[in-house]
Amino acid sequence: MKCDMCGNNQASVHLTEVINDKVTKLHLCEECAKIKSEEMQSHFGLTDLLAGLMDLGPAMSEDGVDPSVTVQCPVCLMTYYDFQKNGKLGCGKCYDIFQRNLSELLRKIHGADRHVGKMPFAGKKIVEEQKDMQKIRSELNELIKKEEFEKAAILRDRIKDLEKEMENEAGAE
Amino acid sequence: MKINDLLNKKSEWLNREGPKSNIAISTRVRLARNLKKHLYFNRADRDQREETLNEVMQGIKKSKFFKNALFLKIKDISELDRAFLIERHLMSKEHAMDIDSKGLVIEEKEILSVMINEEDHIRFQVMQSGFNIMGTWSVIDGIDTEVGQYLPFDYSNIFGYLTSCPTNTGTGLRASVMLHLSALVMTEQIDKVFQAISKLGLTMRGFYGEGTEALGNFFQISNQVALGHSEMDILDNLERIIAKIIAREEETRNNLVAKRKREINDRIHRSFGTLKSARIITSSETIKLLSDIRLGSDLGLLEGIETDLINEILLVTQPAHLQKINSKKIAPFERDIKRADLVRKKLGEE
Repeated sequence: MKCDMCGNNQASVHLTEVINDKVTKLHLCEECAKIKSEEMQSHFGLTDLLAGLMDLGPAMSEDGVDPSVTVQCPVCLMTYYDFQKNGKLGCGKCYDIFQRNLSELLRKIHGADRHVGKMPFAGKKIVEEQKDMQKIRSELNELIKKEEFEKAAILRDRIKDLEKEMENEAGAE
Repeated sequence: MKINDLLNKKSEWLNREGPKSNIAISTRVRLARNLKKHLYFNRADRDQREETLNEVMQGIKKSKFFKNALFLKIKDISELDRAFLIERHLMSKEHAMDIDSKGLVIEEKEILSVMINEEDHIRFQVMQSGFNIMGTWSVIDGIDTEVGQYLPFDYSNIFGYLTSCPTNTGTGLRASVMLHLSALVMTEQIDKVFQAISKLGLTMRGFYGEGTEALGNFFQISNQVALGHSEMDILDNLERIIAKIIAREEETRNNLVAKRKREINDRIHRSFGTLKSARIITSSETIKLLSDIRLGSDLGLLEGIETDLINEILLVTQPAHLQKINSKKIAPFERDIKRADLVRKKLGEE
């Protein structure tokens, strides 16, 4: 079979195109197929573009297999591979589970992988608590260095309480 | 309030009171939010989707912004009503697909609306007339903060607001301005604008029509980046760039009048003549001709035709609007007749 585009070379690529609900079959040689595929790339949707970015994404492990694409989110049961296919995450937990791959993807989309800007009311509280926690921890370290163990014990209990509080709040997530 | 009530009143964003309304038709800002511990729409089963819908509806009912709002379940409304709401920019085309467990809240003045269970659990939208990015932001910011007290939005200290699609992660913010850029198209400068825009983290597309076609020279410009910059930085960037485009369009319009007045005047009056006389007219021809008249009105070449009348005709001559006005389904060819009748009536012709 000759190529439908140039009419010279032997066709080796067979393509089905749907334009305005009409199905067209094209038989192309390799060279014309290349030209056609460049043309088609301009019609790709967002999902394809995301998939394109993701192909470059996850790093391979030592044995050459990428383990991250088969990791499954325990909440919505989505794998990174599923996400690569449809471009949408399944739940908030996915962001934890796929964090490493997502960071890379987000950097490609937005040029950054960290949020700055508005946070919800509950978010503000958590950040403040974390700041408190850091402060208390460094005080605790100071006290231990100075061997003031009684005072340190009080702070240690305070940290435990705070941790419990934060866990309870996070449990609501 | 009912859906049919929308038909009999003008959307507030159509008026020409907004800044730079000669070139900027409207400004729209949307925020994507999801609830904690709820699967996203694409992953949730029927019961989980219903649960999300009810929770969000309840949360929004508490809001002072939605006191007299219309609360709709998409599956309870007709296909025509769905098309009508899409034409009014109150919901997306995607929202009219897979309609189970989807909701829509519309505030009385049609400035605020909320899509529930679209791609994300919540999509707040605020739309105002003219070029008014910061004003629109301050409204939506207030709604988001208030509703956030009633509903637990999913948020990560690293990634910010979590969304189903990673293109929205972070701020969940998309702001867009609809612009009428006739002079830049006529003078073939629009490609340069396209090129510049894409380098600046923004996107631009034709507002009417499919693909790259921009019917009637109406364009929509929006931010693409949602993460790593604060809302203020994103909006400020968008505002500065659009202000430049508007200034350039204005300047080019003035040049056109100075150098090619007769030619422009001819085009505008031909378009006006066709709109006033046509007995059959398609939607795309209407948009093209109204575009010319809008330009003529701004340049003072067409007396007595106000911008908000043109905006209104643009809205009500769309297919679903025509059918709602006539209270029945109408086949495409007959629609073209009804459209021509309506345009003549609106322009004061018989």
